[in-house]
Amino acid sequence: MVQQLGYLKETPSQTAGPYVHIGLTPNVCDINGVYEADLGTVMVNDKTLGERISVSGRVFDGAGALVRDAVIEIWQADSAGLYDSPSDMRGTADPNFSGWGRCATRADDGVFVFDTIKPGRVPFKDGRKMAPHITFWIVARGINIGLHTRMYFPEETEANKTDPLLMRIEQKERVDTLIATREGSTYTFDIRLQGDRETVFLDI
Amino acid sequence: MSDLPNRMPETGAFFARDRAWHAPAFTPGYKTSVLRSPQRALLSLDGTISEITGPVFGHSMIGELDNDLIHNFAKPGESAIGERIVVHGRVLDERGRAVPGALVEFWQANAGGRYRHKKETYLAAIDPNFGGCGRSITDEDGQYAFRTVRPGAYPWPNGVNDWRPAHIHFSIFGHGFAQRLITQMYFEGDPMIWKCPIVGTIPDKRAIEQLIAPLDWGNTIPMDARAYKFDIVLRGRRSTMFENRPEGN
Repeated sequence: MVQQLGYLKETPSQTAGPYVHIGLTPNVCDINGVYEADLGTVMVNDKTLGERISVSGRVFDGAGALVRDAVIEIWQADSAGLYDSPSDMRGTADPNFSGWGRCATRADDGVFVFDTIKPGRVPFKDGRKMAPHITFWIVARGINIGLHTRMYFPEETEANKTDPLLMRIEQKERVDTLIATREGSTYTFDIRLQGDRETVFLDI
Repeated sequence: MSDLPNRMPETGAFFARDRAWHAPAFTPGYKTSVLRSPQRALLSLDGTISEITGPVFGHSMIGELDNDLIHNFAKPGESAIGERIVVHGRVLDERGRAVPGALVEFWQANAGGRYRHKKETYLAAIDPNFGGCGRSITDEDGQYAFRTVRPGAYPWPNGVNDWRPAHIHFSIFGHGFAQRLITQMYFEGDPMIWKCPIVGTIPDKRAIEQLIAPLDWGNTIPMDARAYKFDIVLRGRRSTMFENRPEGN
């Protein structure tokens, strides 16, 4: 016999279900007056530094149908590449940028939209710079454990080529599933849960 | 955003998730998962700064009634109908350490099993004094608490006659985005738990038992509300060995 390590097990995940909006975006589903505003709807103000962008997209299931009841959260660095988190010890992030957003896909057209800024580059564990990216987390009815992925920027061709995560994707044709398309300051990032051109999801 | 108590922030990577403890993505007994489960393997990525960091929410954002579902949607002088309960517990990490400053959000059906949501069509009545959402931020010891009514069971279109056990949904932020978790709490002694296809997505009975809150008789408030205790465990952080960190390993 040896000593027990004594670690606890993580609480198991369960689906967020179809009524996730009641808890996470109550004002979207007409439960008004409990919270002043839904959390995560505003990431920037007029003093936020950096290039203003809009990130939108849709989520598709394995039959190509829209997932209209998902909630998406994003997490990203500020324009200087700093996270607004006590665990980022490299410096103080832009106080006018939250770095975190939450948006439900709309019930009619399935679209989610974030008004944010383009993030700066942050280092990988070995000091190499990662290409600019936004971390995504997707929950919905039918998803038993939240799905993590990343969105990268199409104009960052050189940085994307040397990004440690993108380089790790063995099937090179799958890299494109993580790169948004761009029109002016609007980026489109569609997420495919299953099947053809399935988005690369991460175990982070 | 941050007003965490005095403690050196931890910056280590998180313990890898035990994905055999969690439900797999594809669980055909829960029909919606069939087309919403990735078929390719996940790409593993160990603790970069994009995942070990995460948003922190200040206690100042919490309104006075945010953790009181009996009153936070009720008309003045009225309250929600149902069995009054208090749900409380601690948010810990896998090392057993308290997670202070964790945002815990919760949502649920009313006492009759009816959700206040436009897509919900169950014939049980809406309670005009019950919204169904609440939130709390854990204190220095990782404690949270809220007051609500016990939710009812409700039917759902999965199998011909599937009913969800009484449950409360929980969403928890730890200190890193990789700790992000959504789960459901069930009630001790509910025979519906073991019939539910969503509960049944979790392969290990011990993991399911981790989601069942026991009746906490000691904290029951006489002539007012019974108590249930639900502790939540988030992923633990690895110490960075041999790097002379102030808080040690």
